[in-house]
Amino acid sequence: MERVIELVRKEFRQLRRDPNMLRFMLVVPVIQLILFGYAVSTDIKHLRVVVCDMDRTAASRDLVRALGSSEHFDVVAHVDRPRDLDGWLDRGHAAVALSIPPGMARKLDQGQRASVQALLDGSDANTGTVAIAYLSRFFMAQSESLADGNAPDRPGIRVETRVWYNPTLASAVFMVPGAMCVIIGLAATIATALAIVKEREIGTIEQLIVTPISSWELMLGKTLPYLGVGMANATAILLANALLFHVPLRGSLALLMAVTALFLVCSLAIGLLISTLSRTQQQAMLTAFFFLMPNFLLSGFMFPIENMPQAFQWATTILPLRYFLVIVRGIFLKGVGLPDIVGQLLPLSALTVAIMTLAVTRFAKRLD
Amino acid sequence: MSEAAILCRDLVKRFGAFTAVDRVSFEVKPGTVFGFLGPNGSGKSTTIRMLCGLLLPTSGRAAVGGVDVARNPEGVKRQIGYMSQRFSLYQDLTVRENLEFYAGVYRIPRRERQARIEEVMTRTGVIADAGTLAGDMSVGVRQRLALGAALLHRPAIVFLDEPTSGVDPISRRRFWTLIGELSAEGITALVTTHHMDEAQRCDELVLMRTGRVVARGTPADLIVAHAPPVILSVRCDRPQEALAIVQKTSGVRRAAVRGVRLHVAAEDDGLAERLDAELTSAGHACTEVRRIGATLEDVFMELAMGEAPP
Ligand SMILES: Nc1ncnc2c1ncn2[C@@H]1O[C@H](COP(=O)(O)OP(=O)(O)O)[C@@H](O)[C@H]1O
Ligand SMILES: [Mg+2]
Repeated sequence: MERVIELVRKEFRQLRRDPNMLRFMLVVPVIQLILFGYAVSTDIKHLRVVVCDMDRTAASRDLVRALGSSEHFDVVAHVDRPRDLDGWLDRGHAAVALSIPPGMARKLDQGQRASVQALLDGSDANTGTVAIAYLSRFFMAQSESLADGNAPDRPGIRVETRVWYNPTLASAVFMVPGAMCVIIGLAATIATALAIVKEREIGTIEQLIVTPISSWELMLGKTLPYLGVGMANATAILLANALLFHVPLRGSLALLMAVTALFLVCSLAIGLLISTLSRTQQQAMLTAFFFLMPNFLLSGFMFPIENMPQAFQWATTILPLRYFLVIVRGIFLKGVGLPDIVGQLLPLSALTVAIMTLAVTRFAKRLD
Repeated sequence: MSEAAILCRDLVKRFGAFTAVDRVSFEVKPGTVFGFLGPNGSGKSTTIRMLCGLLLPTSGRAAVGGVDVARNPEGVKRQIGYMSQRFSLYQDLTVRENLEFYAGVYRIPRRERQARIEEVMTRTGVIADAGTLAGDMSVGVRQRLALGAALLHRPAIVFLDEPTSGVDPISRRRFWTLIGELSAEGITALVTTHHMDEAQRCDELVLMRTGRVVARGTPADLIVAHAPPVILSVRCDRPQEALAIVQKTSGVRRAAVRGVRLHVAAEDDGLAERLDAELTSAGHACTEVRRIGATLEDVFMELAMGEAPP
């Protein structure tokens, strides 16, 4: 343990002398959060909606009326054919085009889930973002009121949104917790990989591994500092959120930090693994992006997992970020507690152990 | 004779299809200074890295301090000090911080630690630079710091890989005085060098080429066994131009300009007259052709530049 402490002390001494590295690890994440979270918007009212009601039932007419009477949406026109909707969006005469397929009322009556489609103009990210949020909220409320009135387990109405022109926008509420996960994972993985590969590249590792230090001590000594940095990172991001985005933390801060620590350990293990696969810092960077890109695309951070092809959905089960995202969004937005996240915590822990084991077996105290 | 401090038997290291070290065998007696010579790429560092447990030998056997390097590399690491050919302490830490770090890594007891660090800094003459970042120091001081770090835990055997490369002559001498002191204390040192004056100070030498040992013995043995038969020192006008003529003269193995003279390795005694005649007929006034004693440098050139070993 003494050797580990010595390594940690050395690492911090070096970090203190390398302001660029510190900036990379502490300031950049906050800036990234601000960039990601920029999709924040103030309240927008009276979004123009064009409707194509192909169901033509009392239920569908009620739905449209309810939508139009909410303060956020104004139904400005009805069209007969779905393809006429496009023109309204193209010309910018409406921000939302809602299409109700035939048979909606019948499906609801039979206790099946019905879907409606919403096309959104995403060219104004803020408006598009808010529109999605309001639409989902509206349909969730509708489904609940349907469920209240009838069978409690009724699947209700699902809104399938498709955003045109700028498909990746998302609301700050959804974005901030997700961005936090992505950013701290990225920073911890890259910082660890670089810290080890840098020693290999400039040759200092040679002097270190010619001492009787054990592999374990070496690995702990090289990763623990970045666990600390990662926790500082997470704190900075939470503060930035409190100051800038005001996404309320509904659940327990302690639980959030504990799970964050676990996720950081997992990210450090990935960094360690990457370091065993790279000889130069440049290689390490490339390998890290190779590992982390799927995380961005497939973890559910940008696109909902349930919309992915089945094969991709299976692939996501090995992404630690996938589980961490659900946990953090849960704690943040829904205020869930430990019992609710066990289902995510178990695979996350298992992955952490697996990756750590792989990294440790690959990490040799030798040059070849 | 006591057990060898370092012992290699048919040590081989391959990187893929390339054989960097090819059946190397030698032994080093305890308390001696053992020199490793050979052109760049001849496998010196690779051999040392295997002996230090940094690389796993492909085949063959090596023991350091009686411990097998392949079976128990960690056991080897406890008793050796190592100075890599590339400076491998932390350039962004000060001299003292580097030593404190390694003192901790070697688990030198806390109450002894400061005293040990002071001792090493005094001994290697880096104490005046204690607060300087290693990266801000001259190569000479840096190398002495590296030696200091390698000595902190009082190893019985030290491996010094090109410790004086790029170091000025005064620092080099100082460095070798230190090596002499270590040897006097009974520490075994294996040193690689490109400087023949340093090789001359070793108790025994091994000369490597393309991964193989091509000669070994004391400096005097090597000269007797491997020096070219005759060495001539030729003084003439325009030595640069004369060199081409000398190199073409039959019986000349190798020739080089040394200041105003030509240094010629020859097959036989009769060459002196022939050279004189050749040079004079080509218009180079030849003022002196003198036979001189061979040095390690002649041996090195002979073995390193001559026919490749079979
Ligand atoms: N890790 C490695 N991978 C591949 N080739 C290597 C490696 N290390 C050394 N070599 C090669 O082995 C040969 C011997 O290198 P080295 O032992 O460093 O020689 P020396 O120290 O005598 O200059 C060189 O040709 C070098 O390129
Ligand atoms: Mg070398």
